[in-house]
Amino acid sequence: MMNTFMGNFGHLTTLVAFVSALITAFAYSQYFKANELEKASWRRFSRVSFYIHALSTSLIAVSLFEIIYNQRYEYFYAYSHSSKALPVHYMISSFWEGQEGAFILWAFWNVVLGLILVHTNKFWEAPVMVVFSLVQAFLISMILGVVVGDLKIGSSPFILLRDATQAPIFELNPDFVPEDGTGLNPLLQNIWMVIHPPTLFLGYASTLVPFAFLIGGLVTKKYAEWIRPALPWAIFSAMILGMGIIMGAYWAYVTLNFGGYWNWDPVENAVYVPWLILVAAIHTMITFKKSATALKTSIILVILSFILVLYATFLVRSGVLGDASVHSFTDLGLSGQLLLYLLFFMGVAIFLAARAWTHLPTSEHEASVYSREFWIFVGAMTLGLMSFQVILPTSIPAWNALVESFGGISNMAPPADQVGFYTKFQLWFAVALALLTSVGQFFWWQKIDKKTLRDSLVTPYVVSILLSTAIIVLTKVYDWKYMILVLTGIFTIVANATILIKLLKKSTFKLAGGSLAHIGLGMILIGIMFSSGYSEVISMNMSGLTYSNSWEDEMNKEHVLLWINKPTQMKDYTVVYRGRQKKVVGIPDYVPAKILASTGKVNEAIALEDYQIHFKKGDTVQLVLEENDYFKIDYLQKEALQFSLTPMSQYNEGMGGLISSPDSKIYLDKDLYTYVAAMNDFSDPEWKEDETYEVSKGEQFHVADFVAYFDGAEVLKEIDGYTLKEGDVAVKAKIRVLDYDVEKLLEPTFIIRDNQVGKLPVTDSELGIKISLENILPDQNKFVFKVNQYQKDYVVLKAIVKPYINVLWIGTIVMLFGFTVAIYRRFDEFVKMRDKGLE
Amino acid sequence: MKKGHLIGLGIIAVAIVIILSSIGDASSYESFNTALEMKQDGEDKAIHVVGKLKKDPSGEVSGIEVREDKTSFTFLLVDNEGTEQKVFYNQPVPADFHRSEQVVVIGSYRDQELFVADKILMKCPSKYQETDVQAAGM
Repeated sequence: MMNTFMGNFGHLTTLVAFVSALITAFAYSQYFKANELEKASWRRFSRVSFYIHALSTSLIAVSLFEIIYNQRYEYFYAYSHSSKALPVHYMISSFWEGQEGAFILWAFWNVVLGLILVHTNKFWEAPVMVVFSLVQAFLISMILGVVVGDLKIGSSPFILLRDATQAPIFELNPDFVPEDGTGLNPLLQNIWMVIHPPTLFLGYASTLVPFAFLIGGLVTKKYAEWIRPALPWAIFSAMILGMGIIMGAYWAYVTLNFGGYWNWDPVENAVYVPWLILVAAIHTMITFKKSATALKTSIILVILSFILVLYATFLVRSGVLGDASVHSFTDLGLSGQLLLYLLFFMGVAIFLAARAWTHLPTSEHEASVYSREFWIFVGAMTLGLMSFQVILPTSIPAWNALVESFGGISNMAPPADQVGFYTKFQLWFAVALALLTSVGQFFWWQKIDKKTLRDSLVTPYVVSILLSTAIIVLTKVYDWKYMILVLTGIFTIVANATILIKLLKKSTFKLAGGSLAHIGLGMILIGIMFSSGYSEVISMNMSGLTYSNSWEDEMNKEHVLLWINKPTQMKDYTVVYRGRQKKVVGIPDYVPAKILASTGKVNEAIALEDYQIHFKKGDTVQLVLEENDYFKIDYLQKEALQFSLTPMSQYNEGMGGLISSPDSKIYLDKDLYTYVAAMNDFSDPEWKEDETYEVSKGEQFHVADFVAYFDGAEVLKEIDGYTLKEGDVAVKAKIRVLDYDVEKLLEPTFIIRDNQVGKLPVTDSELGIKISLENILPDQNKFVFKVNQYQKDYVVLKAIVKPYINVLWIGTIVMLFGFTVAIYRRFDEFVKMRDKGLE
Repeated sequence: MKKGHLIGLGIIAVAIVIILSSIGDASSYESFNTALEMKQDGEDKAIHVVGKLKKDPSGEVSGIEVREDKTSFTFLLVDNEGTEQKVFYNQPVPADFHRSEQVVVIGSYRDQELFVADKILMKCPSKYQETDVQAAGM
């Protein structure tokens, strides 16, 4: 049965949300302008209008999730982003796999933030909510799906499949509902993809809050007062955005097989840049609160951070990146709307800032080199340059599009070696930043002159030198660039820890946010240096083959070919590939795929053999995502099994193609990261020519490359899946095939009925052989076997050791914790001022 | 000179370095013909070439030769001008390679005959363009 109610309902709530956003913006602007008598009623009306908007926005999300959750594949969104086999928590990922869902998520977070602001602010409610409602109107317009003449506004997630595609089936039967959806991109079937997008979008959404306070401040001519309420939110935004970025990096590390956590892909750069600017903005805002300088810089940075988030959205979702990114985002025809959204707020912000510019208070005196203002300013500028260096090359595709839209030709492409290109700048900027944090913190907490500075830096400096030397010697860091990195990282940690200890002795923990975040930065630097700079491919140059064209031999082969069961030496390990495995519901470890046969139903299989205590032959078992194959690879040292890793691959027909995910062995001081880059394709084997063997019982012979023994034959009374009649003769031959340490019993069967011969061959896909019992020669006491050979099962593996990657992850946690402490402190300040009636 | 001016000059100087290096390190989109000319002019910079895999008359991808250890391979790429070129890639065949609608190779000519790709970007058929609902849905 076709359901059209949910779609219509969702579409209706979208319209309500859009209209109510515009009404709210209007109402709050009236509330703001109204005289004392009318204020109360305008306020009530504005709030009601915003509540309606909040409710309808939430209902958009509910409607879309209902469609996915109840598997309504008559809707395009459910059909193309979900499938029956998906467990519920991945249905949540389906929700935001599509761009429409992502916009809904974004709008939803804005609503949540808006509700908090309405209830925590007095004076600021009206101006801030005007900005909020306008942003909401733009966001909701992205999913409106309204056509006015030739103009399409927004792309609705509630359209029916038959309206979205021109499939011929709908001409025959307009009420056709597909049985199943095409599924969720396997890369997104990961727990981090359930929580990374909401975090990132909360980060996106929250950049609006400081921006809204700023615009409110500029309109109400409270040029400086907006900073206090905006500051805790700016820190909150930086923390959440930072957390979102790190989650994305961690997701990439555990799910994608590009071999790391950060690839300087345009999509990553686009969120990294606003984060840097936001961090710079926080620092100048704090300086302004302390000493009334850097107001202009703060204003520029807050505007930039908000606009850059919109620019990131534009880059990622307009299709402009096209050939430049490995992430494929489809163009939903929203680029015009996104550009309008960006230009509108940029225009408004620049206009208001320019109008206020001459009225802004500036400090006349020059900041001394021994003042914190000076160092903070240098730090903010460094962050700005860092961002500039990343956003400029990332924008090359947008530049090309711009030139082409004016009829020109531009064939510029992003740097060929992205990682090398960005690293050579960002590395030194990061070193400069780390040093600034350590020196800056000393200025921050005490009035200082030349002498006291020297005195307070000497101890941390000496301690860092000693520590760094120890680390450099112990971990054999012999590259001068990395030595500098270690030294800076350690110095950052030690200097900021010194400050932290002093602070804790003197006052409360509330003030510790800054030094904690900076300690985190130092750890991140060291973690990145080791895990990236000293990451070592241990599956290097293992083939031992030489080619006729010698230059190929000189190229590093970073992968190793592992035939099944064949031990291969890889650095300190002997590795053996042990075949494909499946995940079965209720069984903690993996089950060999060869003992399971599909029943044709989704995620269901029948057992071909008994398996431990878990199931018996003939039992029906439930699989966890049947498309997933896990490749079991044993790691041995001194002939003893140390551990097994099971990198995964998923073949998903609906999505088209194979996708593989890594598996890592995690030690305290390093990760062994492995993934399967290529594998055998069983689906359509090209059998080689027949080989015939005549053997007698007990005889040893060679089948393909294997040693095999013919252990004799037996006459069968019954055969699985075959009814024997009176007078039938069935004979089963027993052949043992040896493959390294594995022994396999293959039993082809031979049946005679009414002088007709039937053969039941056996196929072993792991060994890539098919054996049939062709004939029995009683006079010679020999059996005739026909053998066809395909290819043994194999995987092509890449293995990388990443030292001290845990330092990086711990560092990010410390940094995020520092942010949290700072948010608490700044929000506390704001609340105290507000309750005094000052704001 | 005031400190503010010094900082300003410093920032401008770094910004100029960044702009110059971005332009200098930027790659470019080329055809195989122009890429070969660049090679003959002694330019070894890695460039981007956009193309499609060579297909035989029945529509099957042809010309992929995998090395014996399966860790590298060569294939035939036809660029947008229709030039066919043998390309070497020092990695196993990527999983969706045969299905890709468009392939971007980033690399340079090794000699007159062979283009060596350091990196490959693939555009796979987007599911948004799926018109074959019947086959996929039943």
